[in-house]
Amino acid sequence: MNTLMIDGKYIEVPEGTTILEAARRAGIYIPTLCDDPRLEPYGACRLCLVQVKGMPRPVTSCTTPATDGMEVQTSNEQIERIRKTIVELLLSDHPNDCMVCEKAGDCTLQELAYFYNLRENRFWGERRQYTRKDANPFIERDMEKCVLCGKCVRVCEEVQGVAAIDIAYRGFQAKVCPPFERDLDCEFCGQCVSVCPTGALIGKQSLGKGRQKDIKRVDTVCPYCGCGCNITLHVSRNEVIRVTSEPDTLNEGWLCVKGRFGFRFVNSPDRLKTPLIRRNGRFEEATWTEALGYIASNLKRIKKQYGADAIAGLSSARCTNEENYLFQKFMRAVIGTNNVDHCARY
Amino acid sequence: MGREVEIKICMGTGGLAAGGRAVMNAFAEGLKAEGIDAKVSENCSIHQVGCRGFCARDVLVDVIIDGKRTTYQYIKPEMVEQIIKNHIIGGEVVQDWTVKEDYQAFHDKQVKVVLADCGEVDPEDIDSYISRRGYEALQKVFREMTPEKVINTIEASGLRGRGGAGFPTGVKWDFARRNPGDVKYIICNADEGDPGAFMDRSVIEGNPHSVIEGMIIGAYAIGAHHGYVYIRAEYPLAVERLKIALEQARQRGFLGRDILGSGFDFDIKIKLGAGAFVCGEETALIASIEGKRGMPRPKPPFPAQKGLWGKPTVINNVETLANVPAIIRNGALWFAKFGTEKSKGTKVFALTGKVNNTGLIEVPMGISLREIIYDIGGGIEGGRKLKAVQTGGPSGGCIPAEYIDISVDYESLARMGSIVGSGGMVVMDETDCMVNIAKYFLEFTQAESCGKCVPCRIGTKRLLEILSRITDGRGRPGDIDLLVTLSEDVKAGSLCGLGQTAPNPVLSTIKYFRDEYEAHIHEKRCPAGVCKNLLTYTIIEEFCKGCTMCARVCPAGAIVGEKKQPHHIVQEICIKCGACFETCKFKAIKKG
Ligand SMILES: Cc1cc2nc3c(=O)[nH]c(=O)nc-3n(C[C@H](O)[C@H](O)[C@H](O)COP(=O)(O)O)c2cc1C
Ligand code: SF4
Ligand code: SF4
Ligand code: SF4
Ligand code: SF4
Ligand code: FES
Ligand code: FES
Repeated sequence: MNTLMIDGKYIEVPEGTTILEAARRAGIYIPTLCDDPRLEPYGACRLCLVQVKGMPRPVTSCTTPATDGMEVQTSNEQIERIRKTIVELLLSDHPNDCMVCEKAGDCTLQELAYFYNLRENRFWGERRQYTRKDANPFIERDMEKCVLCGKCVRVCEEVQGVAAIDIAYRGFQAKVCPPFERDLDCEFCGQCVSVCPTGALIGKQSLGKGRQKDIKRVDTVCPYCGCGCNITLHVSRNEVIRVTSEPDTLNEGWLCVKGRFGFRFVNSPDRLKTPLIRRNGRFEEATWTEALGYIASNLKRIKKQYGADAIAGLSSARCTNEENYLFQKFMRAVIGTNNVDHCARY
Repeated sequence: MGREVEIKICMGTGGLAAGGRAVMNAFAEGLKAEGIDAKVSENCSIHQVGCRGFCARDVLVDVIIDGKRTTYQYIKPEMVEQIIKNHIIGGEVVQDWTVKEDYQAFHDKQVKVVLADCGEVDPEDIDSYISRRGYEALQKVFREMTPEKVINTIEASGLRGRGGAGFPTGVKWDFARRNPGDVKYIICNADEGDPGAFMDRSVIEGNPHSVIEGMIIGAYAIGAHHGYVYIRAEYPLAVERLKIALEQARQRGFLGRDILGSGFDFDIKIKLGAGAFVCGEETALIASIEGKRGMPRPKPPFPAQKGLWGKPTVINNVETLANVPAIIRNGALWFAKFGTEKSKGTKVFALTGKVNNTGLIEVPMGISLREIIYDIGGGIEGGRKLKAVQTGGPSGGCIPAEYIDISVDYESLARMGSIVGSGGMVVMDETDCMVNIAKYFLEFTQAESCGKCVPCRIGTKRLLEILSRITDGRGRPGDIDLLVTLSEDVKAGSLCGLGQTAPNPVLSTIKYFRDEYEAHIHEKRCPAGVCKNLLTYTIIEEFCKGCTMCARVCPAGAIVGEKKQPHHIVQEICIKCGACFETCKFKAIKKG
């Protein structure tokens, strides 16, 4: 354990903790834009600069390990001045159209501008302008709003192992894009969308459906597979418009394409909402009690008439391990057959 | 008939550009045609050599007869026949073509350690290097020195990194040596991206084995078995000579397994860079070797802790490594004799700009700027007045003429707001506009920023835009203060050395030449007469003879007037090219 002092407070942290993490644990706020504790330290936005006693210049707290006896100041005149300059510089190269931006109300850049009360900007000049639209089916990429925090690039490589995007060009022209600026053609897991601090990456299905302040959040579990990732449904006007996941869940906020973008079935008019029983050649809506009773009586009937091995059970990958275990137990112990299989084998 | 005749022809990049290969062929054919073997000597050889610094005089040719050297300058193939006939056969030096006192003066105050053999050895012939004590240091190391002793010697010599930061080389090696690990790397940084810099290129082109020998010694000291030379692909000649040298070193057993029977294994790979300035920064360079985008990352961890592929790695500059064999051969004390208390040895500079003698020079640390400019450089072109010296390239600053007597060493230049840097030195006179100089360097750094961090990516862009509007005559009151605050924030806030130093040219020119900025902004005037938009050309009626010359050269048709009557420039049409100003024989055109 290392003990360091941040803004006069003593804090004990394990070896390898960054100054930023240590400060957060102590409830001390340091502004950040490119940090994500789930990703490798990057140090690009420079907002998290702090002064460490004995160091000749401010250092980024998100990349500097806390060491024993360190004395840290998270704010002083110079640091605040640099932070303000950084935000002003970012805004000087930004569309600033919060008015119609999907991300308004949930945008780190907007928060920073508010926090630093940036009504006026000392800097102005050329602004990046990109007219070409990425035609991929899932992700709206508005690179004029990109602050080059690199989170999308890192999540795609470090977490997803895909590396579908990287930064191209130099300096002011630097731009996150797929190879040769083609349309994005990847797994569409949307991890990049989930980490983007601005409105640069937005799920296309959610466009224009409602911003953060309008939605009701419903925590639930993804129905797609046995992993059971925690998800949060964003509901607006009784419609699911977006799915997110929080970093403090068992799946650390990471989802796959199905969990993140495959939610439109929820609102589909074709969706089955009750069990159906075929009567006289036609499906008729039934209650669960009716349906389960119908299944039980028929299983019994068949077993009696033809023997247990006339029955086979097929289970689904969307069930958990526990459910699959119970299912085979049911087939073997209750029905009395080894005819049990799983869709994952096909 | 026992005379020994040696002909050395400059085939550095400058020499080749001036036609070195044709001159060499002319010598070979000429000597054969004359039947030189029979007439003069059987001992007649022609060698290609690397740059000796005075490229403006190329093709430079040394004719050495029995040890007596005559140097010819500006040699063309058609001049060779006469040199052979009169000098080599006839014994009469062709006086008109030899170098004069100014050539001697250029070399007098130089002290050559790194460049000692550049221009002497044939860079494509390992024996030529060996004949000048090449690989002697390596043998000495294996014979009688432990890695610790090598490190102690380098530390005692006071050698500091020549790549820019001036970090003590021995200390760096010691870090890497102490960091545990079976796999370690040594990398030679030959990226050399500063505009106008060609120090490292010349060393590799002129004497590649000195760098290789330095690397092997460094590898032995830190315990590395793999080395890389990261060199830009725009240096094809250097790359080619390096490849040849590596192959020859392998054949002689200086590289590979069990080097010279020492049990030590080491080999070197070449990695070509694609010409990004930022890839000279060590962490970006490592990323680039690893196949990633060349972007710096924060330190710690330092490369000596976690470098290439996560292993302890030493990165040294070409010139740093080329110093090593000489230090080992001659001892730490010998090296420490040159230089000042804290800056030991010599430094190679690319001397350019408004001096009479431009070129590659090697001087002892602590020499004054005055000696460099007036003794070595031969003074300011056209006898004009010195205004400032820019050192350290885009990361450095401008030192005004009144400080010309300062000592050239790491500490003194840093005190002036500049740096030694990798060795760019641009001399400026009264016809240089300091705002424009700052803009020039910012154009470079802005374009070469990797774009990772905000202060550098957008900050240098905004700095450049402010400088551009000032030089365009659209500067606003308050712009100087805005430049200063933004510069300070970019310096303090940026991730890597590029952004941390990019504002130096702005800050140092504002510090010493604030009045020039003010003239641009408040009076819309460029005192040096450089910034086009701030120039007006007018015709002084009393002097104008109505000769019509100016009207005829004006490409825009902006000059009107009757023959033999005073002419007049229509300002709305004038494009400020200055053609009229150059043409008028009566000095009737005023620029200002
Ligand atoms: C933007 C930037 C460019 C650099 N370019 C070079 C270069 O071209 N060659 C070089 O040797 N060092 C360069 N450096 C310095 C290297 O990062 C490193 O300090 C040096 O290679 C270490 O070698 P030394 O200790 O022998 O000087 C550069 C640094 C920065 C920040
Ligand atoms: S990305 Fe953020 S700051 Fe930019 S327009 Fe959208 S809400 Fe506003
Ligand atoms: S959707 Fe997933 S795979 Fe595609 S770019 Fe984003 S993170 Fe990478
Ligand atoms: S798209 Fe978003 S996550 Fe990616 S670099 Fe830009 S701002 Fe960061
Ligand atoms: S200072 Fe410039 S070159 Fe260095 S990391 Fe930042 S953007 Fe890249
Ligand atoms: S959060 Fe530390 S540099 Fe961006
Ligand atoms: S290349 Fe010939 S002297 Fe430099």
